[in-house]
Amino acid sequence: MGLFDRFKETLSKTRQTFTSRLGAALRRRKIDEDVYEELEDALLSADVGLETTTRLLEAVQKEARRQRLETADQLTPLLREAVVSELGEDACAFALDDGLTVILVVGVNGAGKTTTIGKLAHRFRGQGKKVLVAAGDTFRAAAIEQLQVWADRAGVDVVRQSQGSDPAAVIYDALQAAKARGVQVLLCDTAGRLQNKAHLMAELEKLKRVIAREVPGAPHEVLLVLDATTGQNALSQAQLFRDSAEVTGIALTKLDSTAKGGFVIAIRHELGIPVKWVATGETIEDLQPFSAQEYAQALFADV
Amino acid sequence: MFDRLSTRLQDAFAKLRSKGRLSEDDVKEALREIRRALLDADVHHTVAKELTERIREQAVGQEILQSLTAAQQVVKIVNDELVAVMGGEQAKLGRSAKPPTVILMAGTQGAGKTTASAKLARYLTETEHRRVLLVAADVYRPAAIQQLEILGAQIGVSVFSQGTDVAPPEIVGHALDEARRGGYDTVIVDTAGRLHVDEALMVELEQIQAVSTPEEILLVVDAMTGQDAVNVAESFHKRFPLTGVILTKMDSDTRGGAALTVRHITGCPVKFIGTGEKMDALEPFYPDRLASRILGMGDVLTLIERAQATIDEDEARNLEAKLRRNEFTLEDFLTQLRQVKKLGPLDQILGMLPGMGKLKQLQGDAVDDRQLKKVEAIILSMTRQERLQPELVMKSSSRRVRIASGSGTQVRDVNQLLKQFDDMRKLFKQFSGMGKGSRKAMSGLANSLRSGGGGAAFPSAGGRNKRRR
Ligand SMILES: Nc1nc2c(ncn2[C@@H]2O[C@H](COP(=O)(O)OP(=O)(O)OP(=O)(O)O)[C@@H](O)[C@H]2O)c(=O)[nH]1
Ligand SMILES: Nc1nc2c(ncn2[C@@H]2O[C@H](COP(=O)(O)OP(=O)(O)OP(=O)(O)O)[C@@H](O)[C@H]2O)c(=O)[nH]1
Ligand SMILES: [Mg+2]
Ligand SMILES: [Mg+2]
Repeated sequence: MGLFDRFKETLSKTRQTFTSRLGAALRRRKIDEDVYEELEDALLSADVGLETTTRLLEAVQKEARRQRLETADQLTPLLREAVVSELGEDACAFALDDGLTVILVVGVNGAGKTTTIGKLAHRFRGQGKKVLVAAGDTFRAAAIEQLQVWADRAGVDVVRQSQGSDPAAVIYDALQAAKARGVQVLLCDTAGRLQNKAHLMAELEKLKRVIAREVPGAPHEVLLVLDATTGQNALSQAQLFRDSAEVTGIALTKLDSTAKGGFVIAIRHELGIPVKWVATGETIEDLQPFSAQEYAQALFADV
Repeated sequence: MFDRLSTRLQDAFAKLRSKGRLSEDDVKEALREIRRALLDADVHHTVAKELTERIREQAVGQEILQSLTAAQQVVKIVNDELVAVMGGEQAKLGRSAKPPTVILMAGTQGAGKTTASAKLARYLTETEHRRVLLVAADVYRPAAIQQLEILGAQIGVSVFSQGTDVAPPEIVGHALDEARRGGYDTVIVDTAGRLHVDEALMVELEQIQAVSTPEEILLVVDAMTGQDAVNVAESFHKRFPLTGVILTKMDSDTRGGAALTVRHITGCPVKFIGTGEKMDALEPFYPDRLASRILGMGDVLTLIERAQATIDEDEARNLEAKLRRNEFTLEDFLTQLRQVKKLGPLDQILGMLPGMGKLKQLQGDAVDDRQLKKVEAIILSMTRQERLQPELVMKSSSRRVRIASGSGTQVRDVNQLLKQFDDMRKLFKQFSGMGKGSRKAMSGLANSLRSGGGGAAFPSAGGRNKRRR
């Protein structure tokens, strides 16, 4: 039928567009419809989503007119600024005080929860904190063993039961242990769950209740782990996890891939949830606090 | 969460019609809705553009917009394009001439390779009675080997592993020796997740391929993947002779547009979809269902859920048994229709069905419970024997004339009903072959409704499209 015949062609063209046309030659290009269309393509490729893309570009266009900008290269800084302002102040990491901080880590299957917990444990320990992790994923095969390996790497203890046991019981044990041992950071792993599965989301609510009952004011952070290679479904994830677990921040993982996770802009704008951490690999060091500036820079690295 | 494309289109077209005259600009608005639906579904943006362009041409050219069912027609065009791209029937897994047959699983981190390897092992053991050996060739991810071993134990399939100190290509070589010794006919190799930009790991996978000459190289892709699917698909496709795709996490609420990209770039059929974390959550893939899903045509899932809640489990199971024995009669058909009626007011149900959302308003009271009454009347005008053996009616025009006059309808109504019944029966048959349990029966119901089988109750609903080939 030929509908998709031009697909690949267009694709490689799109890519050239970013690096060549929008690159050096951009300087001399006059701002026209095509320029905006190319910027739109760049944003859509980064999973920013149509609505947000349109909003960003409208803002840029308005500003460009106001400043009477003429060449295309002047648009990129504007766009970057627009992204930074949408993403808000850097929500920067977690506020840890001397008492016990309980961090509940949630997300869909395979997003990178367990790995991120390993990295966080390592980081907090490096800051001299007493860290404990709870093996709250009692469902997935070898999830506990996986967390144990990460905890060993980070040099922290694990509270665990056997596969199939009640996650609420594990978390309860961990809370008691944390209080008894004077732990400062308790990281709770949970099983991956798809946000559209009501019973699993209800289980999460229960975990939260258990935590709140044992430690007033806890969990202090509910970290939603989002895979940067995800598309627009990330919005649904953010919304439904927020509804059930009152998410306080996002860890955006797998940014070492070619994906950019541009949906975080819409999530911040619509749901007000900030990105707190970004993960860029599978080693224990591959985790950084989020910076809107750097993110915006990376988003348009090719532009 | 997502607005339904068909509803939004209908709004757009309704506005158009009220103006009486169509300009290019008017068409644009409708096209924007289509593009938005496609992009929200993670269809690649170049495809979304191309597709809307194509529809624009067709829409303007063929006076589609003049028609009352413009929205349905446009949705159908898009749907047909999508189905065409996704390819026809589900492809089987091959066997090599010289055993063991090697199936190599590849994909990025967390896509679902290990889970899919085990599910596939279970599937091949149970349905094709193959003797499968699972191979743990991921030496990087913490506890990856244990994960596979636990799953293997769960499904009763042997797992070959050599710890994390042996290089994966070597492990696979040893596994093949083991398979030959142990009389295994199929070897499924679970590999580590790797980014397509990770040169070292891509080379490693090439080495694994070289030692094992796989019959199948399956790319495992998370259905929730976004625009980046194109890069993943392209890189893996360039380096490996992929033979198929497994689309995982289809039990999520994603629209799954990435599948379209992957299918197109690799040219490989989606061979299975993963629909859950448990070992039996592996299903064959139906291109048309994905197309509807991408387009958000009809909230079929909601309907299924509603049906599950409303419809008697026993009755559903009973029905399914009948279907399997090919004993589905017009009497059962009538029961089905009455079940549908129980789901709620017809117009509400129609709202959940593709292309029917706004029809009620458009056509006055054409679509209401009277249609259902008509069908009831026709079926009740048949003798019991005719109801149990619809073929009698199908073969005899004099019977049909009698039934029409008995029910106060036209022969054409009777014919239409019979045809729809027949379509529905065929659909159900396809479905019942798929699995056990009432969930399947119910999705059968919803799907038959979707493709117009249940349209018997609403013959004027229009937009019926033949999908299954
Ligand atoms: N490349 C890359 N891989 C990552 C990153 N974070 C996690 N991964 C990998 O993604 C895969 C899944 O990570 P997990 O930590 O097991 O994810 P999870 O969310 O705990 O998964 P479930 O518990 O099964 O739901 C593993 O192979 C990790 O090594 C990252 O930032 N970059
Ligand atoms: N809901 C759902 N979860 C799935 C499906 N397939 C896999 N999963 C889950 O997704 C997560 C990752 O699956 P794995 O099989 O470990 O993924 P993998 O590709 O082997 O991951 P790495 O080896 O780390 O690259 C686990 O929590 C699985 O239970 C599916 O079809 N539906
Ligand atoms: Mg985990
Ligand atoms: Mg794996």
